[in-house]
Amino acid sequence: MSPETGAPPREIPKERSMLLQKEMIAGHYQDLASAPETGRKVVYTFVPGNLTELMRSFDVLPVLPEINALQSGMRKLSGDYISEAEKQGHSEDVCTYVKCDIGMLKQGNVGPTGQPLPEPDLLLLSYTGCFTFMKWFELLRQEYDCPVAMLHVPYQADGTIHDHHRAYVVEQLESEIIPKLEQVTGQQFDEDRLRAELELSAVAEDDLVWVLESAKNVPSPIDAYFGGVYYIGPMFTAFRGTQEGVDYYRTLRAEIEERLAAGRGPITPDGELEEERYRLVLEGPPNWTSFRDFWRMFSEEGAVVVASSYTKVGGLYDRGFRHDPSRPLETLADYCMGCYTNLGLPSRVDLIADYIREYRADGFMINSVKSCNSFSVGQLLMLRQLEERTGVPGGFIESDLVDPRYFSAANIKNRIESYLQMLEQKRGTAA
Amino acid sequence: MSTELAQLLERVRALFEDVDFTAVREWKAEGADRKAVGHMPIYVPRELIHASGMLPVGVLGGGDRLEIIRGDAYFQSYICHIPRSTIEMALTGRLDALDGMLFPSICDVIRNLSGMWRLLFPDRYVRYVDVPQNFSPDVGGAFWRQELEQLLDDFAGLSGRAADQEALRRSIAVYNENRREIGALYEARSHEPWVYPASELYLVVRAGNVLPPEEHTELVRSYRQLAAAEDRHEQDLSRVVVVGTFCEQPPLGLLLTLERAGCSIVDDDLLLGQRWLTDDVSEVGDPIEALATAYLECSCQTASVYQPEGRRGAWLVESVRRNQAEGVIFCAPSFCDPALLEQPMLVDALAAAGIPHTQFKYAENTGQFAAIREQAGTFSDSIRLWSDA
Ligand code: SF4
Ligand code: SF4
Repeated sequence: MSPETGAPPREIPKERSMLLQKEMIAGHYQDLASAPETGRKVVYTFVPGNLTELMRSFDVLPVLPEINALQSGMRKLSGDYISEAEKQGHSEDVCTYVKCDIGMLKQGNVGPTGQPLPEPDLLLLSYTGCFTFMKWFELLRQEYDCPVAMLHVPYQADGTIHDHHRAYVVEQLESEIIPKLEQVTGQQFDEDRLRAELELSAVAEDDLVWVLESAKNVPSPIDAYFGGVYYIGPMFTAFRGTQEGVDYYRTLRAEIEERLAAGRGPITPDGELEEERYRLVLEGPPNWTSFRDFWRMFSEEGAVVVASSYTKVGGLYDRGFRHDPSRPLETLADYCMGCYTNLGLPSRVDLIADYIREYRADGFMINSVKSCNSFSVGQLLMLRQLEERTGVPGGFIESDLVDPRYFSAANIKNRIESYLQMLEQKRGTAA
Repeated sequence: MSTELAQLLERVRALFEDVDFTAVREWKAEGADRKAVGHMPIYVPRELIHASGMLPVGVLGGGDRLEIIRGDAYFQSYICHIPRSTIEMALTGRLDALDGMLFPSICDVIRNLSGMWRLLFPDRYVRYVDVPQNFSPDVGGAFWRQELEQLLDDFAGLSGRAADQEALRRSIAVYNENRREIGALYEARSHEPWVYPASELYLVVRAGNVLPPEEHTELVRSYRQLAAAEDRHEQDLSRVVVVGTFCEQPPLGLLLTLERAGCSIVDDDLLLGQRWLTDDVSEVGDPIEALATAYLECSCQTASVYQPEGRRGAWLVESVRRNQAEGVIFCAPSFCDPALLEQPMLVDALAAAGIPHTQFKYAENTGQFAAIREQAGTFSDSIRLWSDA
C-alpha cells in the first residue's frame, strides 16, 4: 500500500528522471567550465551541511569535491589520483576522498565531463560532521589564492539542537559566511530571494521523501541505496532551491508512482528486479570504484535495500525536516546540524532501528569504509546494539569509497552471500 | 643520581605504569564524597572540574602496558589504537573510579567514542566537549561561554557542590601555576636538554594526569631543581622538535630510542592538553569569561584547531627557531587523520624555511624500535653533518 495516496500517475516517458538528471548535471558542469568567461563566481564546499540556497541567492556556482572524488571513483580514475597524492607525501592512512581530490587537482583538475573545473573564488568550509573537512580545505587553501569562510557546526552528541547551538551557527552565517559571499560576488544579501529558494527546496524535499518512503511497500518499487544515491543527487548537490530541482523530483515521483501502481520492482544494473527476496537496511557509504559490481552482489540475490543512512548525509528529510522560508537562517542552521554525519552514535542507532521496523526489513548490513572515521568508528558496536534491539541479524563488510585497493570483490561477495543464506535459513526456521 | 631524584622518578614511573588508576582511587578514598572526572587527550577546562571539588583525570590510553582482549572487537583494523585501549580499560573496570568522562573535540574517532560511551555506559555521565572553531568573542566566544556554563551546571550536579566565582578563580590560579611550572621546565629543557632527558620529563609532566594539580606543580618544581643539581654533562646530540604526538601517546621506549639514536628533544606536542594555553587565564573578573577569552586568544596551534590565517606550519617553524632545533621528527600514530593530514602542510612550511625533517608512525603499544632507531640515527647524523658544514 502506498504511504501516501496521490493523483493517478501521469503518462511519462520511461526513466525520464534519469535523462533529466543527466541534463541538469551536464548543464551545471557547462556553467562551471564557462565561469571564467561568464564571470560567475565559484564556491567549493561540502555535501553535508551545504548552503546551496544561500549560495544560489548570490548567483554563485557550487563545486563539491566529494562528488568529484566519487565521480572519479566511478570513472576508474581515483586509483591514479590517490597514488599521485601519496607520491606528494600524503599518508596511505588518511581519507581517500581528500587524496583523490588532491591528485585530480595535481593532474589538471578535469571534472567528470572532461572539462577543467574553474578555480574557487571562495572555499566555504562547512564543518559538518567530519574533521577531515577542515584539513581538506586547509590543504586546498595552499593551492588557491582565495578566501576561506569557516562555518563551525556543533556536533549533535546528545541528539538535541540546543538554542545556543542554533544561535552560534546563525551568528556565523551573519558575521562570516554572508559577508564573505558579499565580498566575493559584490552582491548584497537578498533575504527575499533566499526565502523564495527555500520554498522551492521544501517542495522538492516533499517529493524526495515520498520517493524514499515508497520503499515501505512490499515489494518495494525502489532500491533506497544503489538507486537512492541517484535520487539524492540533485537534492544534495547544486539543485536545491531551483525550479529544475522541483521539476526533477516531480518527475521522479511520478515515475515511482507509476512503478508502484504497476507492481514493478526496482531498476538494477541488469534491468528490473523480478522478485524481491530480501529487504535490507544499509548503513555506510557505498564503494564507488566497483559500484555496479557491488550493486549486482545484492540485486542478483534479490536483495533490495529499503532504507539507508548514506542517503541522509545531506539531510534527514524523511524524519520531518524541511527548509522553512519563514526563518531562513535558522532553518539553514537546523539543516546543517541535523545531517546524518553530524549525529551522535545513539541517534544513528535509533534511526537505523526505526528503519528496520518501519520498512519491515529482514536484515541490515554495514559497509564499513576505511576512509571515513566519521562513519566507521563505532560501527561494530552499532551492529551489536541493532541486533539486540531489533532481533534482526546484521552483516558487516569492509571496503573503501574510492581506493580500488580496498575493494576485494570475491571476499565481499562471499560475505554477502553467506549473510543472505543465513537470513534464508532463519526464515525457514521461523516458518 | 641523588636519592631524592631517584625516588621522584620511581614514583612518576609507577604512576605511569599503573593502568588501574590507583592514585585516583586513593585520592577518592580519602573522602566519602570525593569524585573524579576523566577526559581524553587535549583540551578540556580542568579548572571547572577542580572548582567543583572533583579531580580531573587525563585518560591517555593504555600504552604498551595493557593487553587488549576485548577492545579490538570494537574497532576495525584501520582505526588508531587509543580508542581500543580506552574501551578495554572501561570494560575491565579500570575506569570505575571515574564518575564522568569528557571527550574533547579533537577528531572523529574521539567524537564517535563519546557516542560509544553513551551506548555502553548509559548510567555514567558523559559529555562531548565541542570547542569553538570560530575565534570571535561575540560568536565563538558566546558559544563557548554557554558550553562552559552548561559544563559547570553538570559538574555541580555530579559533585553536589556548585562552584562559586571565588572557587573558580582559585582553580584558575592553581592551573595557571601548574602551566607556568611546566612551561619553566620546558624552557629549562630547551636550554640544557641533557639535564632533562625527554624520557624523564615526559613522566614528570604526565603524572599531572592523575595527581591533584597542586601536588603536581610541586612535583614538577622539585624535579626541575633536583635534575639541575645533578652533574649531567652536555652531550653532542642533535636538537629536534617532535610533532604529531598530541593524542595517542608514543610508548616510552620510543622516546628512549630517539635519545639513544642521538636526538635530543627540545620541544614536542606530547601531553599537549596540560600546556594548551600559552598564557595565564585572568584571575580577576568573571571566571567563565576569563576561561573563554583564554581559549580564544591563547590556544596553542595544533591539528585540531582551525587556523583562520592559513599559516599552517608557521608555529612549527617558530618552535624550531625559538628552541634552536636543527630538525623536526614527525612522529604520528598510525591512522591518525589530524596528524597525518596536516603533515604535508607542515613539511611544506619546513621546506620553505630550509629545516630538515624525517617521519615515521607508531602505535601506543609498539614494542619494536629497531627501524625507528635506525631512521632516527641516520637523521641525527645527517643534521649534525648539515650543521657542521
Ligand atoms: S572522512 Fe568521511 S565524511 Fe570526512 S571527507 Fe572523508 S569520507 Fe567524507
Ligand atoms: S590518535 Fe589521532 S585519530 Fe586517533 S583518536 Fe587521537 S587524534 Fe584521533
